[in-house]
Amino acid sequence: MTVTLPLGYIPLVDAAPLIAAAEFGFAEEEGLHLDLHPAASWSMLRDMLDFGQVVAAQMLSVVPVARALGLGGGAQPLETALVLSLNGQVLGVSAPVAARLGAVGFGDAAAAGRAVAGLGGSLRIGVPFPFSMQAELLHYWLDHAAPGVAVEIRTVPPPRMAEALRADEIDGFCVGEPWGSHAVEMAGARLLLPGAAIWSQAPEKVLACRSGWMEERPETAGRLLRAIWRAARWAADEANLTTLAEVLAQPRYLDVPPELIDRALRGRLLVSAQGPEVPVAQFLSLHEGAANFPWRSQAGWIGARLAARFGIAPGGAAEVARATFRSDLFRQHLGPAGAALPRASEKIEGGLERASEVPGMKHPVILARNRFFDGQVFDPALLV
Amino acid sequence: MIETLSIIVVEKDRDRALLIVDALREAGDYKITVIGEETGLARRIAENRPDLVLIDLRSPSRDVLEELALASGPMDRPVAMFVDRSDTGLTRAAIEAGVSAYVVDGLRPDRIRPVLDAAIARFHMFSRMRSELAATKAALEERKVIDRAKGLIMRAKGIGEEEAYGLLRKAAMDQGKRLIEVAQAIVTAAELLR
Repeated sequence: MTVTLPLGYIPLVDAAPLIAAAEFGFAEEEGLHLDLHPAASWSMLRDMLDFGQVVAAQMLSVVPVARALGLGGGAQPLETALVLSLNGQVLGVSAPVAARLGAVGFGDAAAAGRAVAGLGGSLRIGVPFPFSMQAELLHYWLDHAAPGVAVEIRTVPPPRMAEALRADEIDGFCVGEPWGSHAVEMAGARLLLPGAAIWSQAPEKVLACRSGWMEERPETAGRLLRAIWRAARWAADEANLTTLAEVLAQPRYLDVPPELIDRALRGRLLVSAQGPEVPVAQFLSLHEGAANFPWRSQAGWIGARLAARFGIAPGGAAEVARATFRSDLFRQHLGPAGAALPRASEKIEGGLERASEVPGMKHPVILARNRFFDGQVFDPALLV
Repeated sequence: MIETLSIIVVEKDRDRALLIVDALREAGDYKITVIGEETGLARRIAENRPDLVLIDLRSPSRDVLEELALASGPMDRPVAMFVDRSDTGLTRAAIEAGVSAYVVDGLRPDRIRPVLDAAIARFHMFSRMRSELAATKAALEERKVIDRAKGLIMRAKGIGEEEAYGLLRKAAMDQGKRLIEVAQAIVTAAELLR
């Protein structure tokens, strides 16, 4: 019998695994009907999860961790057993700031940091949500590449980013596609960096559930995780990108030209309105390099960064944070479905100079390059 | 004496904003400010130092208000989402009505209740109006498609309107489909074959 599951998402390129699961038969194969509910804000999506209007939702990777640390609104603890995407963000500046910056190559985080530090004065930068990877990457980049620069980080809904630039509310932004490209096209913004240039393996979106739901309904949760994981694998295959872009572009999903989505999926960015298109390595990972595995160390990194910024004791915060990324449930439900399972559930974040093999449960697992721009590493073992 | 509660209503649509303000005025003596602009929303709210902010649950600007809920945010008084985390009944009613409320920490629940009750009632009315409008629109659209399909059958078979409609209904019943689905299939096929 088919089970209907209400799911929430925000119309963004990285909602692809959810939409593909519903549209291309992956849910059906598991006897599921996915009832997809678009939301206009992350707060709304979180409320929908809190009050059971949806059982799972595409969610900013930082939100379950922030919630566990008692930061931000919302009532219920959240957790994830599946990472939906790594990276896919872009960082850009307004046309007037771009003019003052002069010639800075695209994608060099250290150089861009020096250029921004040279501007003097303070910068107002828009991010979609106070608890987001966009905000975390921005803080990390500025802390390490432009220390001492006064920055005010403001929340701006992504579809308003271009308007906020034109209205001189912000000087720059860090946002997911297609909204960075939108700002380039509509407000003459210039892109400085992809998020991957700050951290090449930053977990961006996760499939979040209310804590406990996956264990209360293990059979249903298993079906849901398998359907979305298979959809993510399909969506990461280059042969399917044109079809995927066409479906995502439809008015009932993202409602933007398919070319914008296609560029984001292929990691080709229009850096400024005058062009040209620049290929970006690891721009957005939906599946490759064990991208879907919820590493405890990813949550640990987020927890450590939040704890430092909000004055929370780091030791306890790391433990609480790690518990929100359920690598155990990923193993339980997706191991039998053929997902590559690494031996460890934590890794040294920032510690891989190039794609490498690591020990796996059955077969070795290939991990993608994992570097912070300044070569620092986050070793979860040093925290506890 | 208790100070007058200061309320901000964030609403772009002027008519809707006025309806909310009216409902609140009936509910009690409040200082009410409407913000219709999305530009500089956080700053405007912070400058007003409200006790309570009401905003449509579906508004994309809600995430801007989350910033206010941070201790380090632009408002010096911490703001919590909704009345009280323990009062889930009221919170659920608000969510179902489509209104979200941001309340300054420590405000007594009995002072918030009448405001939220009034807002919830008004937002229920909005969502009823919204769904009625959507239903009317959908019915109109369906009517148009069925009329087009009927016209196509009339022309193709050289028959009258009633007979064409009868054929459509019979096809729908035989196939266990809705009339609109069969009509849509005919219109799509005709467009492809044109």
